Amino acid sequence: MIHILRQIVRTGIVSEAPPPADEALRLRHKLHDEILRLLGRALCIRQVDAGSCNGCELEINALNNPYYNLEGLGIKFVASPRHADLLLVTGPVAKNMETALLRTYDATPEPKLVVAVGDCGCTGGVFGQSYASCGNVASVIPVDVQVPGCPPSPTAILQGIVTAVSAR
Amino acid sequence: MAYTTLGVIPARLPGPVPVRRCTVDARQLVAVCGAVRQAGGLLHALWASDESDRGAGQLLRVALQDAAGLLILELPLAGDAPMFPDLSVLFPAAGRMQRAARDLSGVRPQGGDARPWLRHAGWPEDFHPLRKDAEAASAWPVRQERYAFVPVTGDGVHEIPVGPVHAGIIEPGHFRFSVVGEKVLRLEQRLGYAHKGIEKRFESLPIVEGVRLAARVSGDSAAAFSWAYCMALEALSGAAPPPRALALRALHLERERLANHLGDLGALGNDAGFAFGLSQFLRLKEDLLRANDAAFGQRYPMDAIVPGGVAADLDEPNRLRLLGEVAPLAEQVERLHAIYDDHAGVQDRFMACGRVEPELAAQLGLVGMAGRASQQLRDLRCDHPHAPYDALAVNLCGHRGGDVAARVAVRFAEALESLRLCRLLLEQLPGGAVRAPVPEPQPRAFGVGWVEGWRGPVLVALEAGAGGAIRRCHAHDPSWQNWPVLEHAVIGNIVPDFPLINKSFNLSYSGQDL
Repeated sequence: MIHILRQIVRTGIVSEAPPPADEALRLRHKLHDEILRLLGRALCIRQVDAGSCNGCELEINALNNPYYNLEGLGIKFVASPRHADLLLVTGPVAKNMETALLRTYDATPEPKLVVAVGDCGCTGGVFGQSYASCGNVASVIPVDVQVPGCPPSPTAILQGIVTAVSAR
Repeated sequence: MAYTTLGVIPARLPGPVPVRRCTVDARQLVAVCGAVRQAGGLLHALWASDESDRGAGQLLRVALQDAAGLLILELPLAGDAPMFPDLSVLFPAAGRMQRAARDLSGVRPQGGDARPWLRHAGWPEDFHPLRKDAEAASAWPVRQERYAFVPVTGDGVHEIPVGPVHAGIIEPGHFRFSVVGEKVLRLEQRLGYAHKGIEKRFESLPIVEGVRLAARVSGDSAAAFSWAYCMALEALSGAAPPPRALALRALHLERERLANHLGDLGALGNDAGFAFGLSQFLRLKEDLLRANDAAFGQRYPMDAIVPGGVAADLDEPNRLRLLGEVAPLAEQVERLHAIYDDHAGVQDRFMACGRVEPELAAQLGLVGMAGRASQQLRDLRCDHPHAPYDALAVNLCGHRGGDVAARVAVRFAEALESLRLCRLLLEQLPGGAVRAPVPEPQPRAFGVGWVEGWRGPVLVALEAGAGGAIRRCHAHDPSWQNWPVLEHAVIGNIVPDFPLINKSFNLSYSGQDL
């Protein structure tokens, strides 16, 4: 136990301030006043990998590290879309994930927000559209904010989330 | 091993790793597979290539790993519904690869599991995307899939379906548990959800640009796949990347291994209820990624390795900075290792959990890091070291335990070994250029790249087309071999231990779904 405590003290607090919202990332305007009124700054996110290479997931996972300290901002990842206010969707939407993504969207209660993450989520990326890929997320479900990058940095993803929940 | 008595005389392919190739008939294929199996060798990969544009049928390629390296057997198949011998009776790992080859190329094994694997309900059964006459842009309305899971019956047996959308931040896949109380009787995996047509996509790209797609076969193995792709391209075109570029490639590969091990060691602590471990290891991983960003302009090596060399050189201040960070990071990893080892609660969860005995690992063909934790002591960096590994004397990290604790121990050992290799690479970094020209390859030229990624050996088999195009590219992730072993590892364990067992392997969905 003493080693654990010593390591915690040695590490100190490394958390950093979050980035400001960026209106350039916004794809559509919807329901912001209502969402802010209902949620304040507490936000539950359901992440959906709709067919990514797993690169974006690595950076989304990094949001939980002590530098970005997502939960400290009142934002947390939840295990079910039924508990979620926001869907964070990665990947080109694989044909084999189309039904699952639509069902997840339907299972998320209104009012809901969708943030598409990564070049693939924004445009289909290097995988494009084919017999196996529907292309970008917006071609399958409505998207509020897009975060480009391959993969986007945790700061960029956090900025996309903050943009989605901030007023116009 | 000599196969001459079977009439099989393979020819060595050019390139830095030992790869041989030979055309065989069906009888020779079975005989060589049997001989390799007998000698303790493995099936590495299995795929098909459409030769109809050359007036032939389909060509089945089977890559075997024996003591001398990689042996690729090519079996020409004629007719519209080509058949080949079922190799899953010799190599259990062949089962899913054969099902995928049937879905994608329309070649059928004579026996074995007849269910589809990568094809769900998104396209019809008679559409084989890797046939040359299959239109890549074809689209069909999605239907409801009915997949015949193997039923388990008996008093008190019930099923728990999980996925494809999982509770955590992970890739999509479906797990069907048959349980009694908390005890798992059987796990059946249904994968393929992340299939996005990577192999068909390759055929629309110029061969020098295919590396971008290769790096995204599995994002956590970007350095491994992009190096394997470049190794294949350089072998078939006769390019020679300069020594400094090879050292920087190895630096990227070892830092990728380190980043994955650090992240997973934290997640394994968390899955055992030890959140302190997650915070500490994710902090160390973030420091590593930020140093990558400062030195190379990228947190992850998605576009770091390019045909002929590397995209960015390492300047002297950053070389010294990365070198200076090695010893403090090693010290922190060792300190956390001691804390994990001393923590009774963590050890209680790790030990005897998800055990794969060495005998079972050998029988099923477990490879890579998970294989080494079950006494399958193979590592390409040690067994067939190519430059710069031939000058580094990599220490193989193995364990007999086969449980989560063994995989954790191997990860700690490999993380420290990677740090030692990073130190050597940075201390001995050769001077000179970081990129060499890549001549335009001849059509039909065939090359193989084979690299020990963090998860295990990745393979890229590349064939050039006319005018600098890709005729066929097959990318193989070790998850193909290891996913079926995970089904065995969880038998008899309790459901709440599954996340821990799963994370200790951390297999790729995208890499096997392609």
